[in-house]
Parts: sequence; C-alpha cells; structure tokens
Amino acid sequence: MSSLPPHWGSWKKQWAIIKPYVALAGNIPQPEIMKKYTFTEKKDTRSGFGAGMQQLGQQNENVVALCADLVGSLKLDAFIKENPDRFIQCGISEANMIGVSAGLAIGGKIPFATTFANFATGRVYDQIRQSVAYSHKNVKICASHAGLTLGEDGATHQILEDLGMMKMLPGMTVINPCDYNQTKAATIAIAEYDGPVYLRFGRPVVPIFTADDQKFEIGKAWMVSEGTDVSIFATGHLVWEAIQAGEILEAEGISAEVVNIHTIKPLDEEAILKSVAKTGCAVSAEEHNRLGGLGDSIAQVLVKNTLVPQEYVAVDDSFGESGTPAQLMEKYGLTAKDIVAAAKRAIARK
Amino acid sequence: MEIEQLERIASQVRRDIVRMVHGCQSGHPGGSLGCTDLLVALYFHQMELKESDDSQPIFDMSGAGEDVFFLSNGHISPVWYSVLGRRGYFPVPEMATFRKLNSRLQGHPTTHEDLPGVRIASGSLGQGLSVALGVAMAKKLDGDDHFVYCLMGDGEQQEGQVWEAATFAPHHQVDNLIAFIDLNGQQIDGPTVKVMNNRDLGAKYEAFGWEVLHITHGNDMAAIVKGLQEAKGKAGHGKPVMVLLETGMGYGVDFMMGSHKWHGVAPNDEQLAAALGQLEETMGDY
Repeated sequence: MSSLPPHWGSWKKQWAIIKPYVALAGNIPQPEIMKKYTFTEKKDTRSGFGAGMQQLGQQNENVVALCADLVGSLKLDAFIKENPDRFIQCGISEANMIGVSAGLAIGGKIPFATTFANFATGRVYDQIRQSVAYSHKNVKICASHAGLTLGEDGATHQILEDLGMMKMLPGMTVINPCDYNQTKAATIAIAEYDGPVYLRFGRPVVPIFTADDQKFEIGKAWMVSEGTDVSIFATGHLVWEAIQAGEILEAEGISAEVVNIHTIKPLDEEAILKSVAKTGCAVSAEEHNRLGGLGDSIAQVLVKNTLVPQEYVAVDDSFGESGTPAQLMEKYGLTAKDIVAAAKRAIARK
Repeated sequence: MEIEQLERIASQVRRDIVRMVHGCQSGHPGGSLGCTDLLVALYFHQMELKESDDSQPIFDMSGAGEDVFFLSNGHISPVWYSVLGRRGYFPVPEMATFRKLNSRLQGHPTTHEDLPGVRIASGSLGQGLSVALGVAMAKKLDGDDHFVYCLMGDGEQQEGQVWEAATFAPHHQVDNLIAFIDLNGQQIDGPTVKVMNNRDLGAKYEAFGWEVLHITHGNDMAAIVKGLQEAKGKAGHGKPVMVLLETGMGYGVDFMMGSHKWHGVAPNDEQLAAALGQLEETMGDY
C-alpha cells in the first residue's frame, strides 16, 4: 500500500462506503490494524531527564550540570550526590548560567544548563543567541515544566513559544521527547552530539509506552503506528494523545498513521513526506503555540513538496492559565478527541 | 621585553586601529585606542600563550594549558584584531578586510568565521564575564592553573547580567579570573555619570566579594605592567580579581581624546592623516 494513485482520497471515501460489503466478499486487502500501545506505569518526563543525567554522570566525566535554583524540579539529586564537583549551582541567575555554560563548553566540558522552559529560553534568548548558538558552543539547554501541563502556576510559567524561539536559531537542535524512557534516552544521546541542543520536557506524570532500552536517534522520526488515511505528527505529551486518537479513529474505520516527531530540528522531512504520500493528509499535534511550532515546520515541508492538506492541534495563539494539566489540555484543545476532530477535517479536505 | 618595546608595539596598534576604522568607514576607534596599552601588555608581555618553536602562537579553542582572554565589550574589536594579528594569530594584511563582506574580521568578534584567537562572539554587552567564569571553572576542574582574563566596558556595567556574574564568582571562589573594567567614563549617549551613573564600581565589587585593584594611569605601559603583576599576586587566594583601569577614550590621537563623540565614528581622509601624524609607524603598516 506504499504507492497510491492520485485519486486515492476519493477512492478511500468510496471504499469506506462499500467496506461492509466487500469485507463480506473476502480476499480484499484491509488497512493494517493499528499497533496497540499499553502502559503499566506513569512517570514525569523530567524524571527521565534525571535518570539520564545520573547515567551520564557515571559514564562521561566531561558532563557538568548547572541549575538555577530548581534542583528538585529538574530531578538532579542523584547526579549531584554522585558528582558534587561537577554540579554548579547558579542561583536565580539564568543569564549568567547560560554564559558560564558557554565558557565550560569552550574549556571542553559538556554543560547541561537546566531550569524551567520559560526561564531557559525566553528569559535568556539573547544569551543563547550570541554565546551559544552563534558561537556554536556544545551547550545542552535542558528545560522542564514546558507548556500548559505545568498546571497551576499559570501563564507566567507556561511557555508555549519556546520551540519556535529555539528552532529559529541557526545550528540549534530542538528535541521534545514523549515519555520517561524517551526523555532518558534523548538525554544520553545529546551528550554524544557535539553542538547546541534544546531539550524540552515536562512536569506531569504520563504513560510510559516506549521501550526502556531504546536508542535515541536525533533527527529520526519514530513510526508509532502505520496507517493509510491520515498522518498524525505528534511531539512531546501529545504523542500519547495521538495514539489514543488513532484507536478512536480505528474504531470508526479510519486508519491513522501516528508518527512521533521528537526532534523538531533537524526535522525528518523524509519521514513526513513518505507518510503523507501514503495517507494524503496531515495533522500536527503539539503542546505549543500554533504559531512557530512543530505544525509550522511540517507545513513548510508540505507546502514546498506536496498539495497535502494539514490541520493543527496546538494552542491557538494565546497564553495559558491556572488549572490542572488535564483541565488545561481539555480547555485549550490538546486532547485525543481534538486530534480525532482534526484528523476528520484533514481527511475531508483531501 | 622592555616597556619601551611594548610602547612601540602600542603605537603601531593605534595606527592599525585608525586605519581599519577609516578603511570601512565604520567601527569604534575611541575605546579601542583607550584599551590599546592593556591588550599589548597582556598579549606581548603578561599572558602565557601556547607557541610553536619559532614563537608563533598556536590557537587552541579550549585554551587548556595557557592563559586566555575574553573581550566582553566586543565593539572595540579593532584593538583586539590588531593585537592578535601583530602577535601572529593571523596574517597582518587581513586587517584590511575589517568589517567588509566575507571577512573573518566581523564588526564584532565571532567564532563563526574561525578567526584564530577568538573563542566566543561578543557585542551584545554583559555576557563576557559569565563566559570567562565558565572557562575559569573548566580550568579548575582540569587542574590547569592558568589565568582567565576578561575586559568589560564601564557603560557595560549597566547590564544586569554583569551583576549576576559578579555575585556568582566570589560564591564559587573563582580566583583564577582577572577581570578589567575600562573606566573611560564615556558611553554612546554621553559621559557615563550623566547617562547612568555607575557610582563607585570599586566599592560595589568589594561588597560583592572581589579583590579590587586600581590602575589610575591605564595608558601608562609601566603602570599597567606593574598593575598586572600585582593582580596576579592577588589571584589564587579564594577571590576573583577586578582591576579598574582608568583610560582615556581615544588616547593617542589628540582630537579623539576624552570625548564620547569618537565612540563609534570613523575618521575621514583628513582626520586619518592627522591621526597617523601623531602615531609612529614602528612595525610597518598592513
């Protein structure tokens, strides 16, 4: 089912109507059944970061951790306990932390500068721009509490613009992993990569559904579930929502392909184009402002190479507010049912 | 090296500065001329630099096993470029490309073009001291007892990040760092006391926990060398060292001296000739 005729969309619509009848006839190829993902445990992605840092502390003596008075929130306790000389407490001085990190990188260290996503990006944009990105320093900016799911602290802390700011910097790698295991693997992987990285993760506990022994490949999209009717490109916490959406759609006879775009930059354009060549329409899903995030990166690829329609699941150019993570995801339209609705809109536009 | 020899190098560096700025009709001669003597003293006398057998510097990004210098007030790039070129980091004729298209000598220093001697971009003010601290801490982690130097402007002290770094350095006892403030009392919009009075910077840094030294004649080579030796003596005792260097903006060219008007203005042909008439050519113009 990899090379499809150009009129596939309309054919698919027709097929949906005749499907009950042809199924009775037998010997007609059915869409592949969506791979099932289950979980037995939920954990926060920031704990995956902490576990990755602990492993790095044991493996790589050049790794240095810095934090701006949020050690507990960033789950750095184990790293600090095991490597007290390689932890630098910066106090509530994020600008200085970025500069010190750039200096450590000059001196051959691999600094991991950590704080909340809001303070790790917007607050220190010029420091990152000049001392890290333009100077191409091997600094890992690791940001927890990204997006709405920070929850009750409200909009001052819920940054929804960080992916956009970071991906606009030339030479910056931008990664937003989806669960505990993937965050741990990504943390370990970025230490091996020589160059500036923005690693984004979050606060709430979410299902662990990726393998604990996975190898994280920067810039390589992960095929979560194959499908034929619509491609759902999701990042971060929205990947689990996309999987749920895929199951809902499957029950309605719609075959969704779910792709995890954990690396926003460099973007796996090949995986995106291969997927839409099969499905003919796309949905992007992210815990970020509609402007400037993953959706816009995908849209650039699609508009340059295809005539494929795309629908966005993202925050509609607004700030967040206080509430529980679940309430906020619901109110700002970032749940599985929002992805289902977007998928149906995308399919209708084929 | 004798003081007189350093002064002769400084005269050539000043010629380079006014010629570079004239050549592209842009750039910052005032602060460059004021800090010439400090940079010459550092690179030709005080800093321990990695060299080949024939005394040519070998640039290594990490700066491991040698002293390193950071220019936080990146707009005075002409003086740094001239000193780096004259010291042998890159060919002297390359100075003619300053601020021109496809040059490694960008308006503000950058690593983007791989210019030997430069380890980080600077220009957006207030960031260099933090970077220098990071390098100094990397040296401590590696047991490397060389110094890290960092020059800032006095107007630059108005940036908040400087005071984050000023708090951080004594807390972490970064005592292999020797920082300088170019106290020329001028910034773009006028005298510093009028634009935004920094008041007593020495008292401020002392209160933050720094060892503070004054060099009151910041364009007197003998005074600078003596001050640098004193600063090194103060280093290594648990505190970072701050040297307040009183310079004259535009020093060496009479009509540029003591005024903020030459902060970021290039001389015309006539002014260039007048300036060069006051500066002896000692090493051959590029």
